[in-house]
Amino acid sequence: MAETKTAAYICKGCEIGTRLDTAALVKAATKSGKMNLVREHDFLCSAEGVAMIKNDIDNEGVTHAALCACSRRAKTEAFNFPTIAMSRGNLREGVIWIRPDTDEARETTQEMAEDYVRMACAEVKAMTVPPGNQKTGSVKTLLVVGGGMSGMTSALESSKAGYKVVLVEKSGALGGWAAKLHKRVPTREPFKAPEDNGVADMAARIEADSNIKVYLNATIAKTDGAPGRFKVEIAVESGAIAQEDIGAIIQATGFTLYDANKLPEFAYGKTPNVVDQAGLEALAKAAAAEGKPICRPSDGQPVKSVVFVQCVGQRDASGTHLQYCSGFCCNTSIKQAMYFKDSNPDIDTVVLFTDLRTPGNGEDFYRAAQNKGVIFSKGVVSQVTPNGNSCTVKFKDLILNEDTEAQADLVVLATGMVPVSGVNIDAVAAAPAEAEAAVEGEAPKEVIATIAPESILNLTYRQGPDMPQFKHGFTDSHFICFPYETRRTGIYTAGPVRRPMDILQAQEDATGAAMKAIQAMENAGLGKAAHPRAGDLSFPTVRLEGCTQCKRCTVECPFGAIDEDEKRFPLFNESRCRRCGTCMGACPVRVISFENYSVNTVGAQIKAVDVPDEFSQKPRILILACENDAYPALDMAGMNRHDYDPYVRVIPIRCLGSVNTIWITDALNGGYDGVMLMGCKHGEDYQCHFVKGSELGRYRMSKVGDTLKGMNLETDRVRDLEVAITDMATLPQKINEYAALIKSFPPSPFKGF
Amino acid sequence: MTSVVATNQTILVVGGGISGMTAALEAAETGKQVVLVEKNPYLGGRTVQLYRYFPKMCHPTCGLEINLRRLKANPRIQVLTMAEVTGISGDKGAYSVSVKLKPRYVNDNCTACGECGKAVKTEIDDAFNYNLGKIKAAYLPSSMAYPQRYVIDAAIVGTSDGEVAKAACKYNAVELDMQEEVVTLNAGAIVWATGWQPYDATKIVYYGYGRFPNVISNVEFERLADPHGPTGGKILRPSDGKEAKNVAFIQCAGSRDENHLRHCSRFCCMASLKQTHYVQEAFGDAGKSTIYYIDIRAIDRFEDFYQNVKSNPNVNFVKSKVARITEDKEGNPICNGVNVEGYKRYATAHDLVVLAVGMEPSVKGMDIPAEVMSDSSGFIMADPANAGIFGAGCATNALDVNRAVQSATAAALRAIQVVNKVARAEA
Repeated sequence: MAETKTAAYICKGCEIGTRLDTAALVKAATKSGKMNLVREHDFLCSAEGVAMIKNDIDNEGVTHAALCACSRRAKTEAFNFPTIAMSRGNLREGVIWIRPDTDEARETTQEMAEDYVRMACAEVKAMTVPPGNQKTGSVKTLLVVGGGMSGMTSALESSKAGYKVVLVEKSGALGGWAAKLHKRVPTREPFKAPEDNGVADMAARIEADSNIKVYLNATIAKTDGAPGRFKVEIAVESGAIAQEDIGAIIQATGFTLYDANKLPEFAYGKTPNVVDQAGLEALAKAAAAEGKPICRPSDGQPVKSVVFVQCVGQRDASGTHLQYCSGFCCNTSIKQAMYFKDSNPDIDTVVLFTDLRTPGNGEDFYRAAQNKGVIFSKGVVSQVTPNGNSCTVKFKDLILNEDTEAQADLVVLATGMVPVSGVNIDAVAAAPAEAEAAVEGEAPKEVIATIAPESILNLTYRQGPDMPQFKHGFTDSHFICFPYETRRTGIYTAGPVRRPMDILQAQEDATGAAMKAIQAMENAGLGKAAHPRAGDLSFPTVRLEGCTQCKRCTVECPFGAIDEDEKRFPLFNESRCRRCGTCMGACPVRVISFENYSVNTVGAQIKAVDVPDEFSQKPRILILACENDAYPALDMAGMNRHDYDPYVRVIPIRCLGSVNTIWITDALNGGYDGVMLMGCKHGEDYQCHFVKGSELGRYRMSKVGDTLKGMNLETDRVRDLEVAITDMATLPQKINEYAALIKSFPPSPFKGF
Repeated sequence: MTSVVATNQTILVVGGGISGMTAALEAAETGKQVVLVEKNPYLGGRTVQLYRYFPKMCHPTCGLEINLRRLKANPRIQVLTMAEVTGISGDKGAYSVSVKLKPRYVNDNCTACGECGKAVKTEIDDAFNYNLGKIKAAYLPSSMAYPQRYVIDAAIVGTSDGEVAKAACKYNAVELDMQEEVVTLNAGAIVWATGWQPYDATKIVYYGYGRFPNVISNVEFERLADPHGPTGGKILRPSDGKEAKNVAFIQCAGSRDENHLRHCSRFCCMASLKQTHYVQEAFGDAGKSTIYYIDIRAIDRFEDFYQNVKSNPNVNFVKSKVARITEDKEGNPICNGVNVEGYKRYATAHDLVVLAVGMEPSVKGMDIPAEVMSDSSGFIMADPANAGIFGAGCATNALDVNRAVQSATAAALRAIQVVNKVARAEA
């Protein structure tokens, strides 16, 4: 290994040189920072400045550099030195731009700058350049679970990109829901008539594709490993187990229709003349096969009138049925109404709806149905009653504002989608705790209402056998900007298991999921992290000899990256890891670290700050700011020249979840007067990019109160602030308010120790 | 001269909004070379002009920050801003593309210190804020702008103010003699992600947009609500600066209409539901919203969001397509029409009317210099012959942000399929 040589660079541009005493900054880097080489430059990000640094790396052997100039978010193209360890001291956005240019502010501004120089030096000395994950797997075969439209699409699109695919389908044929359709909603201009369901063509293409290996009548018995090196056991029809080496996984297990039997008022099951949308497709297929019109199941007579009831058991605010809208059923009912109108325009077809939802070009399809004579009526159905070979549909006409009824030979209920998402691992994890609580409480709660569904993936992960579920059992991402954000690295869900959607969207979704899965395999092979720290080569290392087997890291990892080995030590699966540092924050004995981010890289910065004695009346407030939202907000406060208190020292962190309480206690023991944590919103609409990081961080901090009491300190000396990236104008005010509060306390009694 | 390194294994992405950025990043993070072309001086497109997203009410700049960090960390993406594709020749696997670069009049030396902006006097319309305010003619488009470099507006080039900007710069970053240039580059596949335009509301003559100052569009309302917008986040109506506490939202303004846009734009119902939150956030119970609608399209899991707004007593829903807007003497817009539920006529005055205008694909009427199939609404259609040009995001369909990103991720794979084939052939 090359010898360590440290260097600090002090930029004098953008008024840093005129607002600050840079000679004193050089001194701080040399004396306190103990850097081997310290240079000033008038314009560090210029070609000349960059060449100077580059020359030092190439010819002076510099391995560690502290760049004291602008924010780490600025001038990233210029300051791009991937071969060395680098830190950034933020003298511009973090110091001169948030301080007034006045004589009385000069001294405290200078102190701030000197501290940031010392901190940047201390940080970089504690860093090493990550060599990349050595335990990579290089398997580039994709597993697709589910052979419906989504799964078939993922398989075909991946193959087209040159990848091998293993496709596992639990039934005896490919096609899933789409195969049951007589026809599908049109996907192309002019969007006026139903189209062929397209299954036969796709199934034939899969059969002819040498990249795709299909298992029918098969399920996943076990999934072990990590991206790039999954070992998957497939249970086939004979009872035998087939083994496959897999790089990444797409779960496209689709949906079932909501059970119409749960709505007895609609007479489903009481008369064969009430069907759900699948039932109607079956009737239409059978009729087409026989070349006959669609007939009434009760007596085989051709249907002369049909009523479609939308939103059956859906959009139910009472919580009894599905609370969501399934999105596809309006277009499906329109399509099914056309089955009748296209064969015989005299058939009465009525669609009863509250809000007709045909986005995009679906509007053309809707209009085409109106032109074909389908009647759309805004009404809420209360009851369907069998009436001989007919049915009576009672509904409230919302336009005429009156109760009325209609007769129909056939009633079709649009019941919506229920995802096939396997075991709800969060509910299973919560169950023992709830059962325990129920013993103490009065009425025992119903812990798991229904029989737990079978697992789909049978992951051997410590955190459970299936994908974590989002709202309503769907395995969707929580992020608007990142629909493929997954909580199990290298495993992506696609199609209606992820979110209610129609076939066209499912195919688009399946293509996107294939993209992400391919990317996950490629990056796992290179030892690189997946989103949102894409390309990060650092990964957690654990000093097992210090580990107390407390399991906090294995429990708290938001991505299920850590299992336990047979000796109950944490077993890190690096290519599942997303480098958030939640494990590092959780570890009470501080044995987990990253090469470029560790208890020490932050701890050394905390210790590098010069804490004046209690007589100086210069308090010190540590701010640990999440780099995703809070730190950019602080930067933008600077760009807009919003001043804030000169006694704060800001350290960017990867996520609140990575905050180890030792940093707080070290700061307080070292004489800091207050500590403020800034992180993203948590709770239901959380914005933490690492799912639970900000929540866990806050939970841990809520326990700090006892420590403070033990130290005889005011509990307000640690404050947790929720920050959004847009808070650039309000954040300085909040910092100043907190600083005023801290100044109202006596100085920390720990100064000078 | 701008130099661009590109081969037949390079993917060209046209459009640097959230779809284009996503397609570029997904491809680059899979190891592909990408050139990303954006016509504005900054990336992020229309999403960064939104105050909040539905349904989480989170801020678009939060996702932008992550995407920018991905971009900064990835050496495989070359970004060209103020750039437009003017010519495409060749076929999939071997395109030759010409890109016109407009002068920014500011080079890479710029540190975004802001001295030029302080120095110049000339003000221009603030395009980022839909011209609702003015900015200096030397400007950073927004605090989140990437590249983080100032722009000198062409209006002051050749004037004394231009010289003032140049003199204010200590870093020789202002280049007033910068010329428009055309660069030619190779690409194996092209992702077309040029997004959307709000439908031109002046065409909906009976709503008086452009004639009545207090009739604005949904995208403009986003800027009014944003603390970084022209009013500092205060919802003030344009005519007299009065607080707009009684706001009407007119759904399907120019949408689902054979005289305007035939399609449903999908996002506008949710956007208006979201914007009722802005009114509530600004004025509490004194803020009243009325949504005039045909169907509320809160599709799939967004239903919760609709139910939540519906339960707010300060939000009123009227099932009606507003027939006409008039104005009273105080400048209050009056919505006239018939409430379909119960057939009652109304003529209701509001402080401000927000037209929920739909999205028109930017490619409509644009001359893409290549064979690309579009449907009759102007959206790019998948080409069964599978050439090497793929649509992404709102260039292909009326999509919300989430679905646009999905579409862009899919488009990245389609482009990769082409360049991987080139790679196999060249290997």
